[in-house]
Amino acid sequence: MTTLAPPASPEQVSTATPAERGSSLWHDAWLRLRKNRLALFGAGVLVLVSIACLAGPLFSSYGYEQQFLELGASAPSSQHWLGTDTLGRDLLVRTLYGGRISLAVGLVATLVAVTIGVVYGAVAGFFEGKVDAVMMRIVDIMYSLPFTIFVILLMVFFGREIILLFVAIGAVEWLTMARIVRAQVMAVKRMEFVEAARSLGFGKSRLIFRHILPNIVGPIIVYTTLTIPSVMLLEAFLSFLGLGVQAPMSSWGVLIKDGAEKMEEFPWLLYFPGAVFSLTLFSLNFLGDGLRDALDVRSSKD
Amino acid sequence: MFRFFASRLLQSALALLIIITATFFMLRFVPGGPFTAEKAVTPEILRNLEAHYGLNQPLWKQYADYLGSLLRGDFGPSFKYPNRTVNEILGDKLPVSLELGSLSLLLALLMGIPLGIIAATRRNSWIDYCASTFGMTGLSVPTFVVAPLLVLALSIHMGWFNASGWYSPEDRVLPSLVLGFAYAAPISRLTRGGMLEILSQDFIRTARAKGASELRIIFKHCLRGGLLPVVSYLGPAIAGILTGSFVIETIFQIPGLGREFVNSAFNRDYTLVLGTVILYAALIMVLNLAADVAQAWMNPKVRLAR
Repeated sequence: MTTLAPPASPEQVSTATPAERGSSLWHDAWLRLRKNRLALFGAGVLVLVSIACLAGPLFSSYGYEQQFLELGASAPSSQHWLGTDTLGRDLLVRTLYGGRISLAVGLVATLVAVTIGVVYGAVAGFFEGKVDAVMMRIVDIMYSLPFTIFVILLMVFFGREIILLFVAIGAVEWLTMARIVRAQVMAVKRMEFVEAARSLGFGKSRLIFRHILPNIVGPIIVYTTLTIPSVMLLEAFLSFLGLGVQAPMSSWGVLIKDGAEKMEEFPWLLYFPGAVFSLTLFSLNFLGDGLRDALDVRSSKD
Repeated sequence: MFRFFASRLLQSALALLIIITATFFMLRFVPGGPFTAEKAVTPEILRNLEAHYGLNQPLWKQYADYLGSLLRGDFGPSFKYPNRTVNEILGDKLPVSLELGSLSLLLALLMGIPLGIIAATRRNSWIDYCASTFGMTGLSVPTFVVAPLLVLALSIHMGWFNASGWYSPEDRVLPSLVLGFAYAAPISRLTRGGMLEILSQDFIRTARAKGASELRIIFKHCLRGGLLPVVSYLGPAIAGILTGSFVIETIFQIPGLGREFVNSAFNRDYTLVLGTVILYAALIMVLNLAADVAQAWMNPKVRLAR
């Protein structure tokens, strides 16, 4: 009796919940996703960009801080495919290393945001009543706070630690996830299999985490996918203001900032990082939209 | 309606107090102070400076004094610009940011809403695809990429605009276009979604059956309901435009509040930072409140639920 799958009795088939249809939901979703060219394109680009950022630098003889001062800023050539920056550093290698940071920030900060948002939203949605009212009022208030301003203050005052960057961005981006999860939990908790589990005497946390949450994985995945680009945008935004990753390390935001400063003489310093960054965001958004359509998650605002 | 408004107002006031308190104490606990940065000052001068600005008082006293002067509308003296009060600095910079912000918002609405309506009424046509591409571009190509590219193309190569500055009317074009574009994209997506939702409802079929013209259906029957998602997005959009202008003001060297805020944070100009944060927060809250009221006014469901 320790693991109880949601019961799938015959008379429930007509009102089947996602979990009851088992793998067929995911199979359907996959079939739908496969037809969405843009989403597939996005997924493909993401895989390529990730592999390039992770593995690419290993095959290069240049380091990201290695300077060829005699070269200065040089246009793309056979030696340096994307050219070099004003200190003679290879732009391709720096873009790939920068991508590692940008992607890492995107993933880790999203993870922070999703964890907070899911737990918070699940608790609020499960308990409802006063608990929910207070918790969601807090979310409402936080929504109206100028959070970017606080992130900027944090970064200025407490040094530009990358860990702090993760936490600060994660702390900002969880609000939407909390709202979505809350609404979903409220819907699912009224279903009969939850009632059944409750009648078996399972504890609240078990109900939430073992029975309800697995049934709302779809929306969580969709909004996680859509959170990543906004997190990456925020990181780049901070880096652009000089508050993100510090030299000699780089992120795409830093490279774009450097490129924008030198664009008059050396436009490629702006073009390539900007293009890679935008392409990645495009891909994430296409994939997120595709997943939303495939998993049939309504983009409802409460 | 009045109760709804009053409870929102109370909530905003509470949030504002939280912001003031949090920022005030955060500023006091961060390493480094306004007078530690530049040339080393002797301990004696430092003491005098601190005494002058009341920094040697106990913390709660400083906090109480600050709140007291805030109630009188006094943001205190700036630490970094001697002889200037925060009020003066904010008074200089705010109009610039407000102008940029309202121009951008206006452009965003003027671009986003018509595009969304057209896309919804011509669903799956080429114009719909163009609109969704436009929406995706706005979401995925950040302002700090668009802005330098436009400057490069239109200012440096074509020479149509100044690359930076905030003097002539032409100087307003590029910054507000870039900032507005970033928010036109989500607005067009929301408009399209909202319009599609309404267009699929029974009363529209009824209207069609009565022989109402397509234009009448769109403007008379759909628009009010279809624009609801946009209205509820206005709050976040305004906040986003205000903070988004940090980057735009930096790129275009616009002497607005955003640039001042970032600088003041770097300079640890406590009073100026506090003043800017409070001003931003108050601004965002007032505008959010206005958006909420507009939403309640437009949507009976929201109005009656409260």
